[in-house]
Amino acid sequence: MKLPLYEVFVRSKRGLDHRHVGSLHAEDGGQALKLARDCYTRRGEGVSIWVVRSGDIVASQEEDAASFFDPSDDKPYRHATFYRLPPEVKNL
Amino acid sequence: MTEYRLSDGELEAAFQQRVDEERKIEPKDWMPEAYRKNLIRQISQHAHSEVIGMQPEGNWITRAPTLKRKMILLAKVQDEAGHGLYLYGAAETLGVTREEMIQALHEGRAKYASIFNYPTLTWADVGVIGWLVDSAAIVNQISLQRTSYGPYSRAMIRICKEESFHQRQGFEMLMPLASGSPEQKAMAQDAMDRWWWPTLMMFGPHDSDSMHSAKSMQWKIKRRSNDELRQDFVDQTVPQAEYLDLAIPDPDLKWNEERGHYDFGEIDWDEFWAVVSGDGLCNRERLDRHGEAHREGEWVREAMRAYEEKRQST
Ligand SMILES: [Fe+2]
Ligand SMILES: [Fe+2]
Repeated sequence: MKLPLYEVFVRSKRGLDHRHVGSLHAEDGGQALKLARDCYTRRGEGVSIWVVRSGDIVASQEEDAASFFDPSDDKPYRHATFYRLPPEVKNL
Repeated sequence: MTEYRLSDGELEAAFQQRVDEERKIEPKDWMPEAYRKNLIRQISQHAHSEVIGMQPEGNWITRAPTLKRKMILLAKVQDEAGHGLYLYGAAETLGVTREEMIQALHEGRAKYASIFNYPTLTWADVGVIGWLVDSAAIVNQISLQRTSYGPYSRAMIRICKEESFHQRQGFEMLMPLASGSPEQKAMAQDAMDRWWWPTLMMFGPHDSDSMHSAKSMQWKIKRRSNDELRQDFVDQTVPQAEYLDLAIPDPDLKWNEERGHYDFGEIDWDEFWAVVSGDGLCNRERLDRHGEAHREGEWVREAMRAYEEKRQST
């Protein structure tokens, strides 16, 4: 028997992002939440947990990374360091 | 489907370069088949060790001398279950299923740490396991935080955070025993006498005799050699034993000023290989118990399945 795989995201405290911490198998979302609580937050590591079926995640492909991210590689003017300003100009 | 435009040789060179530059290997990266196999073997063996390791200590939960000690031991054993889960999860990213790993364990094709094939005869054993066995595991796991495979490395970092309570609770519960009545002291010493050598064996064969070592080091699956890790463990543990006033059962153990390390005696490798190949005191018992627990849990899994089916059909 194979239980579906869930990815687990934990927010360590209010104001911070949920971060991926690992995965686990569970029958449904409710069970995945309880298992995630017991597995990943035994010492107050979180105030909120998200679980999502691994199969529902749409991911970019590592091996396509070069072409996939290429469009932003030739736009240095998107970076603040592209602009040279005289040293006497402050707070910019 | 992924189509690679490079030859295997080129892919392997790029892989090795990534490893040499300390960039982690992630699940979807190309990797040599032997790297994948080697990792599955090592990570699943590690996972099985965490889970089988619950048995010798679990043996004392109902007989812990105080409620406080009982709660501590429960929490520790529960941690080990969690460690098993993190590691099974890491191994699964390599394309092996949990079911396949459990089956390999039950059929004797996968190993687990041979230390757990020794029996826990007295309460003092629980303290000595926490102190010695978990300390030895930590020495190894700290080095594995830098392993080249991303999911394994992340599991190790999480595990190391949790482990330090394990060794500390073991040492702390030995303090009153080792300084208690003559009977208590003798019980602690007896546990020390039985667990010292098996703990040294946990680091595996000498570097010169280790089958998997050279490739594992080149691929940075392992970061430090068996003998280096063993030496670290001895060096850090001797002063702790002195503090407890427990004797280490090794007449050859002594400080070597020149090396800046402790010298210690030779491990009984016949015993090591006998336990590894299935003839330790508890090998059969441990595996039987694991199989039994797995079968006993079937009705729970079945109920979950039935519930989910019902929920989806309404
Ligand atoms: Fe552990
Ligand atoms: Fe532990």
